[in-house]
Amino acid sequence: MYDFEYQRATSTDDATSRYSAAEDARFLAGGMTLIPVLKQRLDQPSDVVDLGDLDDMRGISEEGGAIVIKAMTTHHAVNTSDLVASKIPALAHLAGTIGDQMVRNRGTIGGSLANNDPAASYPCAVLALNATIKTDKREIAADDFFTGMFDTALDEGELILSVSFPIPEEAGYRHFPNPASRFPIVGSFVAKGSDGVRVAITGAGPCAFRVTEFEEALSGGLNPDAIRDIKVSDDGLNTDIHASAEYRAHLINVMTRRAMGE
Amino acid sequence: MLSIKMTVNGKEVSGEVEGRTLLVQFIRDHLGLTGTHVGCDTSQCGACTVHVNGRAVKSCSLLAAHVDGDTVDTIEGLADGDTLHPMQEAFRQHHALQCGFCTPGMVMSAIGIVNDNPDPSETEIREALEGNICRCTGYHNIVEAIDAAAKEMRA
Repeated sequence: MYDFEYQRATSTDDATSRYSAAEDARFLAGGMTLIPVLKQRLDQPSDVVDLGDLDDMRGISEEGGAIVIKAMTTHHAVNTSDLVASKIPALAHLAGTIGDQMVRNRGTIGGSLANNDPAASYPCAVLALNATIKTDKREIAADDFFTGMFDTALDEGELILSVSFPIPEEAGYRHFPNPASRFPIVGSFVAKGSDGVRVAITGAGPCAFRVTEFEEALSGGLNPDAIRDIKVSDDGLNTDIHASAEYRAHLINVMTRRAMGE
Repeated sequence: MLSIKMTVNGKEVSGEVEGRTLLVQFIRDHLGLTGTHVGCDTSQCGACTVHVNGRAVKSCSLLAAHVDGDTVDTIEGLADGDTLHPMQEAFRQHHALQCGFCTPGMVMSAIGIVNDNPDPSETEIREALEGNICRCTGYHNIVEAIDAAAKEMRA
């Protein structure tokens, strides 16, 4: 790992001002991606601004028909939250499928979303539940947030503070894990809420995306038969040693049906 | 250099580290506690698992400075003199190790698993061990040991 200036933020304002003052800084949340990336010398920041002391960036609450999860909340905390389990059980389930227990004890929802790994689990939940991402500058709708592989709508130095998930009537998540890494080869999150049905996929493309043909077919209710014969195009999907684009397209349909309980 | 201090296995320790110093480097190279192993160095194998503030973490994926002021428990802190921790004893009784390289991480993860789920099923143990790799592939006896230790720790 190349050396860097380690800085420990004392507040969110302090974090963003330390970031701005540095030549080329990175925020450190749980570090479950950043530290391995630095170890492999894939990145060389001048400064690392550690958010670990910011206890006011952790916590889960219910506000106005939504579950609000602060950015530094760990996957373990979401997975074991009674509030999440009672209001959006699919989201608690999803958090419990991320990585392994050691990763879930450190990794955070804010870090995961800011990184936007193509196979990250949270982005499809954020999209399907039509969540809103609150930063130190603004609120960003889920549909505007994920812009490409490891790319988001966040500006340089913009810090995610929390994510607000409207409570759905029904929701489900299923993924097909890579047998070695356990990352989703394809994961599907289905949610029926006041905006209708939304279906979002992770792992299959450069970043999470919605499947509008499924959403239209499911407008009458979450019935797996309604999408069984819909073939999703493999255009633009990922091909790697684990799965071809064609196979991923097939899995999108299967995982979406399983997310509805099939 | 940064001055850090933390409580490791119940003792206050301190040291001077670089920003990039990993927790596992601080534990092994600064404190001389070499029971915590570096297996893959790519955050996948779990051999470096320790507990920070009571939760299992991969010490190769945390900065030492990040853990400043926290409580760390390593494999060396488990036994009480000559009396092994129930998890260590169960690993011994059930021959849950072959070469032994992954064992410290396995034991620390296993304690984390049982702390979260005091009565795990065999399936739950196998799933919860997904972050620890045994390259001797001796998982069967490891699962048996964790099951036995969970019973002992509940008693």
